[in-house]
Amino acid sequence: MAEPVLIKGNEAIAEAAIRGGCRFFFGYPITPQNEIPEYMSRRLPEVGGVFLQAESEIAAINMVYGASGAGGRVMTSSSSPGISLKQEGISYIAAAELPCVIVNMVRGGPGLGGIQPAQSDYFQATRGGGHGDYRLIVLGPAGVQEAVNLMMGAFDLAEKYRNPVLILGDGALGQMMEPVVFPDYRGPAPTNKDWVTNGAKGREPRVINTLMLDPDDLYRHNLKLQAKYARISENEVKYEEYMTDDAEWVLVAYGTTARVCKSVVDQIRPEGRKVGVFRPISLWPFPKEPLAKLAGRVKSLLTVEMSMGQMVEDVRLSVNGKVPVHFYGKAGGLIPTRAEIRNKLLEVMGTSKGGDGR
Amino acid sequence: MSLVFTRPKSLSERVTTYCPGCTHGIAHRLVAEVLDELDLREKTIGIAPVGCAVFAYDFFNTDFQQAAHGRAPAVATGIKRVLPESFVFTYQGDGDLAAIGTAEIIHAATRGENISVIFINNAIYGMTSGQMAPTTLVGQKTTTTPGGRDPKKAGYPLCITEMLALAPGAAYVARCSLHNVANIQKSKAAITKAFKMQVENRGFSVVELLSSCPTNWGMTPAQALKWIETDMIPVYPLGVFKDVTQEVAPGGDA
Repeated sequence: MAEPVLIKGNEAIAEAAIRGGCRFFFGYPITPQNEIPEYMSRRLPEVGGVFLQAESEIAAINMVYGASGAGGRVMTSSSSPGISLKQEGISYIAAAELPCVIVNMVRGGPGLGGIQPAQSDYFQATRGGGHGDYRLIVLGPAGVQEAVNLMMGAFDLAEKYRNPVLILGDGALGQMMEPVVFPDYRGPAPTNKDWVTNGAKGREPRVINTLMLDPDDLYRHNLKLQAKYARISENEVKYEEYMTDDAEWVLVAYGTTARVCKSVVDQIRPEGRKVGVFRPISLWPFPKEPLAKLAGRVKSLLTVEMSMGQMVEDVRLSVNGKVPVHFYGKAGGLIPTRAEIRNKLLEVMGTSKGGDGR
Repeated sequence: MSLVFTRPKSLSERVTTYCPGCTHGIAHRLVAEVLDELDLREKTIGIAPVGCAVFAYDFFNTDFQQAAHGRAPAVATGIKRVLPESFVFTYQGDGDLAAIGTAEIIHAATRGENISVIFINNAIYGMTSGQMAPTTLVGQKTTTTPGGRDPKKAGYPLCITEMLALAPGAAYVARCSLHNVANIQKSKAAITKAFKMQVENRGFSVVELLSSCPTNWGMTPAQALKWIETDMIPVYPLGVFKDVTQEVAPGGDA
């Protein structure tokens, strides 16, 4: 095992992408993810790759479309307003079943918003974002090491399903430094690339296309996509349960917020209160079955987010009324504090407030 | 008997979806002939736009990607950066290239992206049935300029090819016309030159082709070809605006 290195989240993700086989990067600067393109501009040429700063987010995502269709292992990264600009291209990429990786280091919105961490792009990430019936594989790491691990497998995952993978981080994950060990990468998993447009030499021409004017054709294409999404839902659910074995109340949170929630649990457990954390790692596919199972043996759930309430809808859909699902959220770039979450949790537990809100 | 005329290998056998009298078919054939003559078919990836020519992927016998509206130069950039030895061309209409895709075309040219662009200018939106294009002439009636294009309200026609010639990364920039045989021959020579620029790694090349749209202009095919000559060419002068292989004065012969 290699020695851990202390590295910033954004740079770690960029390095992990290269180690995971990424050779092409197209992007446009936006805070708080600028260290990703900056790192890529230095490192990609060293491994024979290409970094290109596009004229816009729109151009960048369409370069990703072309590069993926030409068989390249390609990614882009951005933050909330920039990801909004990419949505049309992401819809095309999903429709054309092109593998690629997209990183969103989420900042507060709506509009130009702010540059501090947020989780307010959950709907956009998990509901499609662009037009049409499509899904991205959405992964929400809660630390730099996990971001590295997920990133290193992201290109294989994208190619396995010919589907875009979205790494949904936030400004905190991108900006903080943590010790990281880069795992060994065995090289790309063998995939069938008989769809790549690289010149019709000795074969019939291939077309990468998303236009299907015949409604029957388009319906069949949608059914094919849905069948793929069903396979992904079956195979790619990832989540972590923290002290849930005997828990009566469970906090549900992902990413940075989940770390604060774990810390709340660590604080409250010694007081004899049976609390735990359920942390979705794959946000789509959402871990609805394990969460539903867990809901069957707890008194209630408290969803905590850096948003005004987005993932809580998936939590409620998963639990389907079995137990009350409470919500606590902060938006705008504020991270819920341990004291705030603890107070809300104690309120949910029907106990008097246990702190002064600090 | 000797064979004197045949379908270029780079064209498929599908019947095109273009209207009678439309010059897209001529433009397709010229591109295909040049691909054949330069032996590029098996290394070509074309990019189809959004517009009448979206189905180009059906009519060319080469690999193709269909791009989002206006983004063909960005898609072409992605392909060419992954496969620098391939031959990459976009085929775009005036709405695609000169309105919604203005940023992409200008920056592809500015980067000197080693791709080739066929730009069909028929001064109207064809596929959506006749709305104003960025290249619609002053006074020209369209379904969104029913009284004729009034520059005070709808602005002026955009001569984007002249703008592209200013890009340091552009190697070859020309405007030709498809309204008669002599100009069709000149168009083919310009396409050949443009494609050779890419083969020789000289950078960005574009050929604008003035084209007819009898259906949406409300003319017969013959009237439409005449209108290119009498009305379009005065606004969109023909010529080579840039050629890195020789000194040319703006407006010189293609």
